[in-house]
Amino acid sequence: MQNNFVQIQDVTKLFNGETAVDNVSAVIGKGRIIGLVGPDGAGKTTLIRLITGLLVPEKGKITVAGLDSVKQTQQITDIIGYMPQKFGLYEDLTIMENLHLYADLRGVPGRERKETFERLLGFTSLNPFINRLAGNLSGGMKQKLGLACALISKPHLLLLDEPGVGVDPISRRELWSMVQELLKEDITVLWSTAYLDEAEKCDTVILMNEGKILYNGEPHELTKKIEGRVYQVKDIEGSARQVLKTVLNRPDVIDGVIQGASVRLIMDKESKIPDLYDIKAGDNAKLLRAPARFEDSFVDILGGGPGGDSNLVETMPEMKKTDRPVIEAVNLTKKYGNFTAAGNISFSIKAGEIFGLLGPNGAGKSTTFKMMCGLSTPTSGTASVMGLDLKTASGKARSYIGYMAQKFSLYQNLSTMQNLQFFSGVYGLRGKLKKEKINNIIEVFNFEKYLNSNAGELPLGYKQRLALACAVMHDPAVLFLDEPTSGVDPITRREFWTHINNMVEKGVTVMVTTHFMEEAEYCDRISLIYRGKAIALGTPDELKNLVKTDEIPGPTMEEAFISLIKSSDEQEAA
Amino acid sequence: MRRLKALIKKEFHQIVRDPSSVMIAFILPLILLFLFGYGVSLDANRIDIGIVMQDNSPQVQSLIRAFENTSFLNAQVERDRREIEKQLVAGKLRGMVVIPTDFTRRLINPDDTAKLQVIADGSEPNTANFVQNYIRQTWVNWLLQSGLSEAMLTVDERVSIQPRFWFNPELESSHFLLSGSIAIIMTLIGTLLTSLVISREWERGTMEAMMATPVNIIEIILGKLIPYFVLGMSSMVICTIISIVVFGVPFRGSFITLAAVSAIFLITALQQGLLISTVAKNQFLASQMAFISGFLPAFILSGFVFEIKSMPAFVQAITYIVPAKYFVSCLQTLFLAGDIYSVIIPNVIGIMILGSVLFIVITRKTRKRLI
Repeated sequence: MQNNFVQIQDVTKLFNGETAVDNVSAVIGKGRIIGLVGPDGAGKTTLIRLITGLLVPEKGKITVAGLDSVKQTQQITDIIGYMPQKFGLYEDLTIMENLHLYADLRGVPGRERKETFERLLGFTSLNPFINRLAGNLSGGMKQKLGLACALISKPHLLLLDEPGVGVDPISRRELWSMVQELLKEDITVLWSTAYLDEAEKCDTVILMNEGKILYNGEPHELTKKIEGRVYQVKDIEGSARQVLKTVLNRPDVIDGVIQGASVRLIMDKESKIPDLYDIKAGDNAKLLRAPARFEDSFVDILGGGPGGDSNLVETMPEMKKTDRPVIEAVNLTKKYGNFTAAGNISFSIKAGEIFGLLGPNGAGKSTTFKMMCGLSTPTSGTASVMGLDLKTASGKARSYIGYMAQKFSLYQNLSTMQNLQFFSGVYGLRGKLKKEKINNIIEVFNFEKYLNSNAGELPLGYKQRLALACAVMHDPAVLFLDEPTSGVDPITRREFWTHINNMVEKGVTVMVTTHFMEEAEYCDRISLIYRGKAIALGTPDELKNLVKTDEIPGPTMEEAFISLIKSSDEQEAA
Repeated sequence: MRRLKALIKKEFHQIVRDPSSVMIAFILPLILLFLFGYGVSLDANRIDIGIVMQDNSPQVQSLIRAFENTSFLNAQVERDRREIEKQLVAGKLRGMVVIPTDFTRRLINPDDTAKLQVIADGSEPNTANFVQNYIRQTWVNWLLQSGLSEAMLTVDERVSIQPRFWFNPELESSHFLLSGSIAIIMTLIGTLLTSLVISREWERGTMEAMMATPVNIIEIILGKLIPYFVLGMSSMVICTIISIVVFGVPFRGSFITLAAVSAIFLITALQQGLLISTVAKNQFLASQMAFISGFLPAFILSGFVFEIKSMPAFVQAITYIVPAKYFVSCLQTLFLAGDIYSVIIPNVIGIMILGSVLFIVITRKTRKRLI
């Protein structure tokens, strides 16, 4: 019972003919925190729902504490706590009303209830807000309330479906340490996540991709396989992007990513050390061994990342060189009534630069972003693209802009071809030029097979390619990307950034919003937005250096982010 | 039991805090009532007609006054037939009466029959019927009142027809519209509101969280049905009071029968809402389905506005599976006629048969699973 608390045997679940969970077997031991890790669409949510008995598998069997998930669903509900991915609580009830409801549903009697509430409210520090409607809570507070409701009757198994989504890094850390606390009370926790950095902290990791389990075991057992093959190229002369491109095109390199001004790479064999001269990193460049991370292993299992060339960009024209700033914001302010969503935000972006707006949800980065691409009019201040004020010349300015909205918002019911034709029409391409452009895109992206499939049914990688193709069809000088790769698998993300990096090499200027730390590393400069203000501006390395202390000599982007936000809070309080 | 109580309490909190529930349960019924009470009228009142006066005796003057005095007609008198015809063709008049030159002569001659020509605009058959009947009735009344001896009447008129309308003597269409509108309102609350709130729980993920607790499916269903039953019944009471007090609709049955019949209908409507929400898991689809399967049939096929007998046979056949048809019939009987059990009981049986079919389907379809 200790080691096979949850038993999953040859489980398969289909949805409309698609296999969501494919012949999965796993055993989960008691009293541990298990990370269920994988990109969107990997089958994490389906597996969790199968464990709760909310879904019935087509094939196979699941038991929780010896109880069958199909035949003994009712008994299972008594011993589990479940927090679905969508906020599963009533937004029009207060915190207290939600707690009482769940206490009633789970049969926690009077006196015990009072103690439980006190303990949970203290634990989640929600005490000051008990009469606030749940709908008016921040993302982090909502998740804490969800956790509290799931814990009301002391479950043996706690199932958390992506509790970190929509939550800023600080709340994510708090949530994590709360769950750590729970392990002391002999609760088994299944924590599902698309953030690979969270996986490293779990006792055991079940790594899923496309409905299959790729790895089930301790995280460091997995990273051990590539230990010693991970390097960091520092002090690069010239462009790190150029180095990355060269590196990725070498057959002995499995994977490479940009980390601020450095390049991180994984070699396929331990013995070989890449020659710095070969990768054109400059005379002063240094090659250091770096600790292996979970994401590296994931890419390794998946067979390595893509190459460094983008066939999409090859045919794009070189942008005209200019010294003037391509994108400029001067004292940009947006107010909704008394609420300042963005206040006095200024920055200027050079041609061929990747500029990131980083910040927690609701901090004002989307507001700023929308003003920059002319989707929203600033209350005061100016936003300009290619020297054109978006307020007065928005039509002309917009013709230079390519825009890719969050979550690849294509027309799901239109086919690939129809989407391409629609967007080329919207961007004013006509006749022969339009035909040539579309044919070119079909060729470079291998869309032939999918021309008549609806965009909504495309595999994730193709969806992303299509969205990008539609955004850059008119060869824009400026590209706006809104949370472009959150939740996608690392291979798809690398592929995406290969295209972007190559475009930037051609002189395209990119502005990107993200709350994703890995994505922030790709930026040349970052503006950190918090509570409607730009609290820090600099290269990723500069921001990390800002928070360097004796305790944290080599802070990660996330650590930099957290400590900058904390010091902003302290200033606010003082 | 404790869990059910908690669910019901939660639902009431939500109803009170959600403006759209209050909207559908109380504001919309009021709007509908006022619309049917004041706005929609199927009666033909003050229909414009023309009178061509080719004779000019005191008797003709008196007849014209009779036409002018009836509240059903609005008479315009001309001497020239062409003037009236022109307006009739232009659609300004719905009908015309021609009083021929020999009218008085024939009227006083006991051996002759006085003739009137009546022409009605047949493009609106309903109104044309009204025109004919009203003119005929005015004519008969005039004959009786004018003190002309019976001998002067033609054989036809001697056997005079005296139409009397039972149950709704003034033929006020608002009376049967208002009583029938309670069926519409209860369909709205039972089917539309219920399917909306359940699909909202699916949309927001609250249903999923709920299903992972020890709550059983019966409790979840009752936790929805009971609050909306209470809401529907209170809305019915308000509508009844307003119909009676504000619009002067008579109520000839007993309130207990009304409450009992309404409760039986509401349960059926709620079940329909529940069934929709087991299929439609988002609010948009749910509202579409509720409108098409609940609201529209209740409006069009229930006999509430359009008479079922004048529908084509296959449409009439469809009306038998519309619960609102039976309920409208009960309501109109209760309001306008009284506790006529020979009408009410068969109709209640009709509702109950449909209700049990829904119940069987629901118990088959609803499980504590996500799909």
